[in-house]
Amino acid sequence: MRALVWHGTADIRCETVPDPQIEDDRDAIIRVTTCAICGSDLHLYDHFMPGMKAGDIMGHETMGEVVEVGRGAKGALKVGDRVVIPFTIICGECDQCRRGNFSVCERSNRNKAVADKVFGHTTAGLFGYTHLTGGYPGGQAEYLRVPFADKTHIKVPRSLSDEQLLFLSDIFPTGWQAAVQCDIEPTDTVAIWGCGPVGQMAIRSAILLGARQVVAIDCVPERLSMARAGGAITIDFREESVVERLNDLTNGKGPEKCIDAVGLEAHATATLDSMYDRAKQAVMLETDRPHVLREMIYVCRPAGVLSIPGVYGGLLDKIPFGAAMNKGLTFRMGQTHVNRWTDDLLRRIEEGQIDPSFVITHTVGLEQGPEMYKTFRDKKDNCIKVVLKP
Amino acid sequence: MPATRPDQTLLSRRSAETLAKGLGLFSIGLGLVELLAPRRVTRTLGMPGFEGLVQAYGVREITNGVAILASHDPAPWIWTRVGGDALDLATLATGFDSDNARKPHVMLAVAAVAGVTAADIVCAKALSEQRDTHRGSFRDFGDRSGFPRPPSAMRGAARDFAVPKDFRTPELMRPFDQARFAGAKPFVGSPPA
Repeated sequence: MRALVWHGTADIRCETVPDPQIEDDRDAIIRVTTCAICGSDLHLYDHFMPGMKAGDIMGHETMGEVVEVGRGAKGALKVGDRVVIPFTIICGECDQCRRGNFSVCERSNRNKAVADKVFGHTTAGLFGYTHLTGGYPGGQAEYLRVPFADKTHIKVPRSLSDEQLLFLSDIFPTGWQAAVQCDIEPTDTVAIWGCGPVGQMAIRSAILLGARQVVAIDCVPERLSMARAGGAITIDFREESVVERLNDLTNGKGPEKCIDAVGLEAHATATLDSMYDRAKQAVMLETDRPHVLREMIYVCRPAGVLSIPGVYGGLLDKIPFGAAMNKGLTFRMGQTHVNRWTDDLLRRIEEGQIDPSFVITHTVGLEQGPEMYKTFRDKKDNCIKVVLKP
Repeated sequence: MPATRPDQTLLSRRSAETLAKGLGLFSIGLGLVELLAPRRVTRTLGMPGFEGLVQAYGVREITNGVAILASHDPAPWIWTRVGGDALDLATLATGFDSDNARKPHVMLAVAAVAGVTAADIVCAKALSEQRDTHRGSFRDFGDRSGFPRPPSAMRGAARDFAVPKDFRTPELMRPFDQARFAGAKPFVGSPPA
């Protein structure tokens, strides 16, 4: 089959690789009809996340049709079922899964020993996202093996298009969980850093959950225009001070809720602290650029909430934790517990409350995947979300 | 909007990227010399007493060089080099004191820095223009709300969603709400028994 394969920094190739096969009773194989490039794939593309090996298949936003089912998954799936595959692989049986904390499933990471060493305790296995999280082949391919397939799937109706459903795999529940983590009150101002795909979903989620005002922060004009379309007030951080504007919008008190939809690759040259982080990254003295975290801690209203869906990879420097502690801030973060939200979100899509396909700017074949990684990374050609059709 | 077409810039994209790499390596090389042999530099220029400053400039050059080589968009870092060049020229200007016997060396150094500054400016301008051109023209996504009605009409449409218990904010950290606290005794902070 054809697949997008990682070979090193900024080196992804479309290659022929062996077809996946059932390896365990609970596996299923799906024929991928649509998949997407996620912002967090760019951390792998730029090689800021450790644990990738040449030959790894990329991709964790995938949907398709079931073509083969292992014996142990037959009660839950059958050939021909149309499914979206959540990016977190879940067993559905461990303590964490039973509590709905799917992204920290205790059993799905087949490289548990490595994760235990690095993180202290393992988290869930993820598709196409380093050997720290299992080294599972990803879904930017013609076929995908789904482990624990009896639980790791979302069945979807045929009445909706792939484009409307695909983002149930990651960015829609991720933006939703980011907003839910804020426990939004009707009086709240929610500030969202980053207007990429997750930021866009977080904006819509915060509006749906009833925030008084949503403020979106970025510097890319087309992304800011999409944020305004979703109901956000926008701040271009190249044009004005984020802290001053947020204080102006909240009578000097700061936003009650802050969402970091940027993560470890904050704009490297926009601020002095990011330039400092970039220089330290270059000589391997720091792994991430946490400018957004610093700014959120500083501007958030005391007793406020910081919600962090943006991906961080390792060691962060100069975090003003004294301010966070003294202001009594609550931090909520983590990979998304996708299946915890998808029944509700699927209902909202079916009812027409939201159509997540609004975010798609590019649809191409798998062969064009490598060049689209670069286009997406460099924010060229008004690119916000790339969908691939294998 | 794109300011210039690629064929209107002084350098092709490939040449600009190659020049940027060269400037990055030059920066690191010069920085190492300044950091490791500051006395030799100041002696050559007849400017004793500047060793500490030369070493600081060395650290700046190395950091700048590494950033140029590591970045996928080196343009801002090349512009940073231009700023550093100005600093170098200002420092060299103090070497034209009447009692400096090595003024010809200082003159040579100024000429060299001026040449490198010109290369920095050409490179930074070419990279910046090509980046803007390549980004393409701005597309307005003002029609991409994802909602069936205007956002103002969708505000709170999902209030039927019950936030799970483990995601809820503790009651005392919620905003003050008269209805919620009506009839409640003021919180006096007694520790639980």
